[in-house]
Amino acid sequence: MSVSAVRKSSRPVWEEKPTLLGQFGKGTILTVVVAAVLVPLWVVVVTSLSSEKTINEAGGYVFLPREFNPSAYVVIFSGGQVTDAVLVSTLVTAVGTALSLIVTVLAAYGLSRPGTLGHRPILFYFLLTFLIYPGMIPSYLVVTGLGLKDNLLSLILPTAISAFNLVVLRAFFMSIPGELLDSARIDGAGEFRILTRIVLPLSKAVTAVVGLFYAVGYWNAFFNAILYIDRNDLQPVQRVLQQFILAGQSPLTSGAAVYIPGLGASMPPSLAIKMAVVVVTIVPALIIYPFVQRHFTKGVIIGAVKG
Amino acid sequence: MSAPPIVAESAPDTKRKKAKVSPQRQQLSFGARLRRDWPLLLMCFPAMALLAVFHYLPALGNVIAFQDYNPFAGDNPLEAFLYSEWIGFGNFEYLFKNPSFWDAVVNTLSITAFQLVFYFPIPIILAILLNSIMSPRLRSLVQSVVYLPHFFSWVLVVSLFQMMLGGAGLIAQTLRQSGMAVPDIMTNPDTFVFLITSQAVWKDAGWGMIVFLAALAAIDPSLYEASAADGAGRWRRLWHITLPGLRPVIVLLLILRLGDALNVGFEQFVLQREAVGRDAAEVLDTYVYYQGIAVQQWGVGAAAGLLKAVVGLLLIIGANKIAHRFGEQGIYSKS
Repeated sequence: MSVSAVRKSSRPVWEEKPTLLGQFGKGTILTVVVAAVLVPLWVVVVTSLSSEKTINEAGGYVFLPREFNPSAYVVIFSGGQVTDAVLVSTLVTAVGTALSLIVTVLAAYGLSRPGTLGHRPILFYFLLTFLIYPGMIPSYLVVTGLGLKDNLLSLILPTAISAFNLVVLRAFFMSIPGELLDSARIDGAGEFRILTRIVLPLSKAVTAVVGLFYAVGYWNAFFNAILYIDRNDLQPVQRVLQQFILAGQSPLTSGAAVYIPGLGASMPPSLAIKMAVVVVTIVPALIIYPFVQRHFTKGVIIGAVKG
Repeated sequence: MSAPPIVAESAPDTKRKKAKVSPQRQQLSFGARLRRDWPLLLMCFPAMALLAVFHYLPALGNVIAFQDYNPFAGDNPLEAFLYSEWIGFGNFEYLFKNPSFWDAVVNTLSITAFQLVFYFPIPIILAILLNSIMSPRLRSLVQSVVYLPHFFSWVLVVSLFQMMLGGAGLIAQTLRQSGMAVPDIMTNPDTFVFLITSQAVWKDAGWGMIVFLAALAAIDPSLYEASAADGAGRWRRLWHITLPGLRPVIVLLLILRLGDALNVGFEQFVLQREAVGRDAAEVLDTYVYYQGIAVQQWGVGAAAGLLKAVVGLLLIIGANKIAHRFGEQGIYSKS
């Protein structure tokens, strides 16, 4: 990582040789920490790819992979609630992230030059959202009052703008040398063209991180779905995950029963199917994560310093 | 947007540069500034409109805390507040007399206190530990792994805990196979605060390291070298250089956490409230939800939410004052 790499990998001459006990202790702690994250994920993936027979022999969760049996995935993707939910969440995430990014980038650029007309009051308008929360009940009444109940826009519009992301982007835009923009302006470029041709290409990394933050938020949307979505076929993946794994734990489950063709609504889904649903909710994050991960430190620190 | 911005901008362009050193730009008339800056204003507009409808309009909607609000009084819930009866502080009086509201307050504050002791130091310790690892490859591998759960939803985190620690989970399964008794951690109200704290640690402690790692990287290595030359061992260097180097960040985050004392999270509690019971898992946010939306006492729920927001605002402002007194920047600066 760029930030922590300031201290070089080689041990400085003045530093003591590490003690055996110290090395062992550090190694143990780090192994435990990494295992605490990875072991549950590993067990979930292996169990989701196991047959009913393997699961019964293991007495439940499977630790050592013995086969590659994708039948659970075939079942959940052959129509029914999980298939619907994946489509819904993909749609919400794609449309929501695009909308959020466009609107946030525009506003961040619009605010990136102190001294322009209305700059201070508009900035204050955005920053005030850090201090004043709308509150759950009035938000619920506004969204339902606008007729967005059972409408996927209710999962997008209320969370479309994060002032934090706006501040991160704005701080980055402000760090771009003004001479660069001035020269484009002298060549006759308008603001919009400067934004798309000069500012954005220079800000790919930070825009990608902000996009990831938005996308994760939309993919993880859960409680807004409880408030605003009643229809079974419009539930996002997190709701379905909750119904599969935590069902019976919460009254929030009532109203929407798990349905998968060929399983029957009343039959509890097999462990492999449950685990496959868990994997489906994790995979998108796992795919995007490596591409964006190396930019985290930068984006977060800009936010932390200027926020 | 073709002609006007170009024409308007070519002239004030030189002025813009001067403006950095002198307030000369203020002399431009409002009309001239509007002509120059309208594309920027236009760009801010969509975001402002979204916030107006979905942030500030509901914030104003908190007035129903002073009403006996009935959503069916008008044609739709937005209009209904015009027709609902104003009852002054009635909802607040109800709250103050309601023991389950005070239970929620006590739960929220005790969870905050518990997490200050058992959650807050963990990212700091992890960051110091990780910073002492020499191999950059090992370090970035560990970072990649421990940042990951930050991007998981609470549903997923609670599900994973259920699958590992629950009555039918992996650990129970292993214990049962070796003939041991199986405690069900997931439904025990007495240990609930440990459970939610360990979930929070699992999800966010790794991510919380980032800011401390950055602070550690900013410590001048020559300080370590000088103190080593003076004979300070590794523990003395940790005490006299590393920790003082982290102090500003620690103080800042501590104060911010105190300002955020009433926010302990919401989804995590809603998801587990039934499993462990209301007595242990009711916090202010879940109280607002169940009073307001589930039981449909809209005014009471809104009053609880408003009370929490106002106290939260005062706490943040107070915390920020303390931050300034410590010479830290805080979340907003004075200017």
